[in-house]
Amino acid sequence: MEKFERLTSRAIPLPIENIDTDQIIPARFLKATTRAGFGDNAFRDWRFDKEGKPVKDFVLNDPTYQGEILVAGNNFGCGSSREHAAWALADYGFKVIVSSFFADIFKGNALNNGLLPVQVTPDFLKVLMDTIQRQPDIRLVVDLEQQHIKVEGTSFKEDFDIDVYKKTCMLNGYDDIDYLLSKKEKIAAFEKAGSKL
Amino acid sequence: MKKTLFDKVWDAHVVESIPDGPQVLYIDKHLIHEVTSPQAFQELENRGIPVFRPDQIVATADHNTPTQNQHLPVKDALSRQQLQQLTENCEKYGITLYGLGHPYNGIVHVMAPELGITQPGMSIVCGDSHTSTHGAFGAIAFGIGTSQVAQVFASQCLLLSKPKSLRISVRGKLKKGVLPKDVILYIISQVGTNAGTGYFCEYAGEVFENMSMEGRMTVCNMSIEMGARGGMIAPDQTTYDYLEGKQFAPTGADWDKKLEYWKSLPTDQGAKFDKEYEFDAQDIEPMLTYGTNPGMGIKISEPIPVASNTSFEKSLQYMNFKQGSSLLDQPIDYVFIGSCTNSRIEDFRAAASYIKGKQKAPQVTAWLVPGSKQVEAQIEQEGLKQIFEEAGFELRQPGCSACLAMNEDKIPAGAYCVSTSNRNFEGRQGPGSRTILASPLMAAAVAVEGRIVDITERVPQAL
Repeated sequence: MEKFERLTSRAIPLPIENIDTDQIIPARFLKATTRAGFGDNAFRDWRFDKEGKPVKDFVLNDPTYQGEILVAGNNFGCGSSREHAAWALADYGFKVIVSSFFADIFKGNALNNGLLPVQVTPDFLKVLMDTIQRQPDIRLVVDLEQQHIKVEGTSFKEDFDIDVYKKTCMLNGYDDIDYLLSKKEKIAAFEKAGSKL
Repeated sequence: MKKTLFDKVWDAHVVESIPDGPQVLYIDKHLIHEVTSPQAFQELENRGIPVFRPDQIVATADHNTPTQNQHLPVKDALSRQQLQQLTENCEKYGITLYGLGHPYNGIVHVMAPELGITQPGMSIVCGDSHTSTHGAFGAIAFGIGTSQVAQVFASQCLLLSKPKSLRISVRGKLKKGVLPKDVILYIISQVGTNAGTGYFCEYAGEVFENMSMEGRMTVCNMSIEMGARGGMIAPDQTTYDYLEGKQFAPTGADWDKKLEYWKSLPTDQGAKFDKEYEFDAQDIEPMLTYGTNPGMGIKISEPIPVASNTSFEKSLQYMNFKQGSSLLDQPIDYVFIGSCTNSRIEDFRAAASYIKGKQKAPQVTAWLVPGSKQVEAQIEQEGLKQIFEEAGFELRQPGCSACLAMNEDKIPAGAYCVSTSNRNFEGRQGPGSRTILASPLMAAAVAVEGRIVDITERVPQAL
């Protein structure tokens, strides 16, 4: 997994609530057996019309907005557990997703792929969304070590929470398999001690 | 200390707790399917790691399978390759696979319970968010991502922070025409789609105590639609009666020993939950969704709510519905009875109870898709197949089908589908499709009438 320490980037606003993983990557694109290339179909049915032509007023097709940070409405990533959603967003080029609330499974999947979910307060999100829409050129600074997000060159800033273990993993590029494999003896002992099942 | 059902099962599976961090949770059963496992197997290959406990994994093919002509090679090349990959991976690592055509094949959340693989007190995971279904047995069961599938392959464990506990109680008796699907759609419409995020939910009270295992599975299945990673119902005599004698259920002295343990699992009197909701069964009516998430549900007698909010308006625009209007008499093009929510024998019995002696409306395309080969066989044995066929319905072969439309079973753009599945997201049943979630009884009535009707006026008594 790639390390994540700090990112300074412009951001793309997507002020829609309850964006589910079926929108992020529709099921018909889940037939691949590798992790590569899902970015081409990220937000497929919002980005392209039936003929495959880009939908002009969808934000990812609007050259006004650029960047590696997606700022989205409340309850981002709900629905299906498909990790393909995290792969699609990362493959598209996002490194950070900002929302006021993330669905559990998506959040875990994102963290397991070096894609940082930054949960902010609804008030901060609203102001941030408005600010980006008014001034698309502004850049955001996301600092994982310091656990804060701010608009570059301003005092508009908020701290965010992250599990201490997950933070260490992201900062160092470790994943859970490394840790779990180091615990195999303990796991075998747990099995031997006899689960009630 | 007084413990909840969830605490008891979770705590019994903790191998280690990392200070200020997650816990190492032991997984008893790992269910896999063709769509979310290939990249996990690839991960093992890349790192040269073996599968730690292949005996504790069961595989099925369900998401990406055709529901017609399953004896023939799968037409779609990518789907065929994905299924082939599952077969090869299972052979290579010594994992039991109930593939297409096998008498045990079916939707993962239908076949595992009906085979007795799912048991009370277990920890069960699968790369599918509806794994919460298995909580109906008093198991901790939840969906995981593909990286976590690889973790369980490698270590039979996951690193997780213990979720908070939530209890939803529904007291009283259900009214006529109200099915378990209506109960869970009602709950989600009341609490919202993220009320359960960060929680494991226990369903308690008379309504769930009186519910069959099939009904409990329908309820637990949709826990994820209110954000809860899992849902659970305390095991009781209904659970034991369902489980006893199933292919992989314990027998003899083993059964007695486990039964004793299972009986210790229900939540202790006075145990504390982090959050609680209580509802009255008399407030629940047959439910329908009108929008593009499962929380956007109304009772059959209610109009679509009025609200001023961009996401809400976008949703109604997609559905082409008006704020404040009723769904009664809305013409419907497709009906889908199936999915891991409602494709068990009881669901087809409910549908047949309405359909018997009637005819499907000619303009409606109706697909009845059993959840497993066993359900398919039972439909035939009980004479339901004949009822369906005489009424002009098409009974297909088992699979996830039009619930997520990965295969050819797609609802066309703009068409309305009354569906017994679990998600009404934009395009979920095919690009541009419009989904209305409902119970199998409601779906059957809509297929016959060709429009949305008030089922309570048409059924004689509580089912």
